[in-house]
Amino acid sequence: MRAKALPYLLVLPATLFLLVFFVYPALQIGVLAVSGPEGLTLRHLQTMAGHWKFGPALRWTLLLAAVVVPVQLALALGMASIVDRLKAGRDTVLYVFAIPLGLSDLAAGIIWLAIFEQSGFLNSVLLHLGVIERPVLFLGYQNVWVIFLAVVLAEVWRATAIVMVILVSGMGLIPKEYDEAGQVFGASAWQRFTRITLPLLRPSLQSALILRTLNAFEVFAVVIALGGTTLPVLMGETYQWQFMLRDRNVAAAYALVILGISVASTLFYLRALRVPRGATL
Amino acid sequence: MAEIVIKGVAKSFGAFQALHSIDLAVADREFMVLLGPSGCGKTTLLRIVAGLETPSAGEVWIGGRRVDRLPPRERGIAMVFQNYAVFPHLTVFENIAFGLRMQRLPRETIRERVRRTAALMHIEQLLDRYSGQLSGGQRQRVAVARALAMEPDVILMDEPLSNLDALLRLEMRAELKGVLEASETTTVYVTHDQVEAMSLADRIAVMNEGRIVQVSTPVDIYRNPAARFVGSFIGNPPMNFITASRAGPGEWDVAGLRLTGPEAGERLEFAVRPEDLEVGPGGFQAAVRVVEPLGPHTLVTAEVGGRLFRAVLDSDLAVGPGDELSLLPKADRVRWFDAETGEAV
Amino acid sequence: MRRSGARRAAGARNDAPRAVVGSGPAGRFLFGASVVLLCVWVLVPIYLLLVNALSSPQEVTGFPKRFVPSFDFGSIRFFASFAGVAQALWNSIAVAALTMVMSLGLGAPAGYALSRFEFPGKEWFRMIVVMTRAFPLPLLALPLAIFFIRTGLDDTALGLAVVHTVLAIPFATLITFSLFSGVPLELEEAAWTLGCTRWQAFHKVVLPLVLPGIAASAVFAFIVSWNEVFAAAVLTVQNRTLPAFLVQSLNVSPLHLKFAGGAALVVPALVFIFAVRRYLFAMWGIASR
Repeated sequence: MRAKALPYLLVLPATLFLLVFFVYPALQIGVLAVSGPEGLTLRHLQTMAGHWKFGPALRWTLLLAAVVVPVQLALALGMASIVDRLKAGRDTVLYVFAIPLGLSDLAAGIIWLAIFEQSGFLNSVLLHLGVIERPVLFLGYQNVWVIFLAVVLAEVWRATAIVMVILVSGMGLIPKEYDEAGQVFGASAWQRFTRITLPLLRPSLQSALILRTLNAFEVFAVVIALGGTTLPVLMGETYQWQFMLRDRNVAAAYALVILGISVASTLFYLRALRVPRGATL
Repeated sequence: MAEIVIKGVAKSFGAFQALHSIDLAVADREFMVLLGPSGCGKTTLLRIVAGLETPSAGEVWIGGRRVDRLPPRERGIAMVFQNYAVFPHLTVFENIAFGLRMQRLPRETIRERVRRTAALMHIEQLLDRYSGQLSGGQRQRVAVARALAMEPDVILMDEPLSNLDALLRLEMRAELKGVLEASETTTVYVTHDQVEAMSLADRIAVMNEGRIVQVSTPVDIYRNPAARFVGSFIGNPPMNFITASRAGPGEWDVAGLRLTGPEAGERLEFAVRPEDLEVGPGGFQAAVRVVEPLGPHTLVTAEVGGRLFRAVLDSDLAVGPGDELSLLPKADRVRWFDAETGEAV
Repeated sequence: MRRSGARRAAGARNDAPRAVVGSGPAGRFLFGASVVLLCVWVLVPIYLLLVNALSSPQEVTGFPKRFVPSFDFGSIRFFASFAGVAQALWNSIAVAALTMVMSLGLGAPAGYALSRFEFPGKEWFRMIVVMTRAFPLPLLALPLAIFFIRTGLDDTALGLAVVHTVLAIPFATLITFSLFSGVPLELEEAAWTLGCTRWQAFHKVVLPLVLPGIAASAVFAFIVSWNEVFAAAVLTVQNRTLPAFLVQSLNVSPLHLKFAGGAALVVPALVFIFAVRRYLFAMWGIASR
């Protein structure tokens, strides 16, 4: 009967598209990373691991994620709680908080470049305050930690919005009665937050953390905008090998590393924040 | 002429058998109510007639035409849904006109028919409103008007009153009955509310666990339940049951009382409705537990032979918890059921 | 969205003062101050970028900076007339528009199927969609670059749009799934009993009800593509999109070009986010399942 075939007809185009342009190339990355003209080889992985920038790139990427994600989570929880309590002007505040959601990491990088560059606004403020007499070169190669800080600020500034939106919609799913029950049984505001809201928010926290950690591993344009190649990251190196050095096998090896840490962190979050069966809202 | 004939219709969802080989004939212009507890398959059966569900086996005939493989639009039916399904993006006028526009009727005919059915349902003043601006009762009226405007051979109704509050339900019930009688269509109406079923139906089909247990007029179903289930499901408070053991040929021992009954088997179930009991000598020895004065009469819950027994008694009767009563069943109202199969004997 | 609206209405009816941080005036001040501070934190950096974009090239490189724009359009004029910028802008729009059409064209039918049918294999499809969310998608550009060279799609708007569509399809599918699920099946069934075919019922009843949401998810797909940098930089050489163009020329271009380019990236995104703000929660609420 036609009705039986209809759902398949509807899903078919998207499925085919994803098979051809997602599943197949995803497998292809692994193939690229380990194959050469002589067949199966570890040469590309060795080239990658042996390159002097690989270690720093891996370290900086992991460090960035380790700093950015917790800060974002804390800030987003604060913003979401505020939005959840607002009565007047809720929509406006929400829109303002959500603005960075629509911006690319490149745009965020350029925005923070306007602040940190030598003739930028930070130097201007410091000069007006009399802290400095001459503009400081914040983003020079000798100040890699300042670049790191600028990248952290830009990333926190840009991508906290998405975490906040996920958390706000998660909080919207929690009936007010639970919080009121907490009040009746004598829990303070802080106790209600940590013992009622946070546990019930676990599914939202999980998806927000997975999404954000993966994005943190993909950090690319913001680093280039603020530090050029002074602060090496995995995605930047992938781009260098693919585009500048024209060695797509080593680029694929880098991609494999990013893929590896992404899968590992996803599995970690799925385990660490799993919700027991039947304990869902 | 639009009689509905259902022959051996069965439906399973995966391993779950929702309907077991249903046979039912609804006469032309008859008001048939499908009554049963939730999950008994009554809505599934209605949806099969509508064409919203495909039967796993069996045939459906409407007006002499086999329709079970036809899409809903080719069956000559109209339906009123439980949540009314009034299209939120269209005005009341456009809602009522929707089916007529699909039939490509002339503009004048459409306008005339919408006005007429709207007047019939007393919603002429709402024609420019949207669904969001209507109350539940008004939406209900729009849904009925939309079905009537189609001038269908058959109207199908899926618990149309269940979302209204009690008072409105009473009002709509009477109005529906009048309107549908006047429209001369065949109606199949699904409900789990026995009072609604009794008050509306020409005949009721009582369903349980995917089977039709009894099809008959409301009074007959009430007086002569074909099965223990029907007796317990219909009537409020429900029928009283006591297990009877054989005491001799046609003689039965019922909680210490020797009664004359049918000559069948070893064990039967004695049944009597609470309103068919009266206080008098030689009846069941009943220990009163709860007394609920309801105004016109008093509901007494008592213990008879270790089982709870309800009696609807005169409200002048002075009785309290702990009292002993002798409850006498009216002989012509006593019913007997097979203790194994639950069928009437 | 609807849920939070209902909640607000309930809050308005309940006039009892709700505990906000501490309920005293000090607590209320702290609460108000943090709202203002967070708004400032979000808005000021954007403002500063716009100050730069609306100043002359000399002012941009000058020091110290003024904190109000001079509304000199020198930087913008320079950016607009810079070689390749107009082409990059056009490419960005073309790729984003293609992404929008493809992701909805493929994702919306799937979303409808997910919301209306139970069918064997449904879970498999869901799995693939969820998998795309646990995968660094821009990396797909690497193997696809080879594939595109073979098929002649390299350095074309269509080729890049394909990668961006992979990025946008999960969103399109899940958002349309939630949109369609918001239309009761009963409405469609009512249309069938009133004489509609499946297609007519969809066209006359479902579509009008979901159209605003569909438009919002189209805009969202547009933003996804508009903002994507890595795949764009890998897959295009001559036909660069604006982000790819900017990232390529970052270390060689003067400051005022960067800032004007940044503003060109930011302003449309701001407008778009404003346009779909009502749907952000529906999208991310459901997209986070």
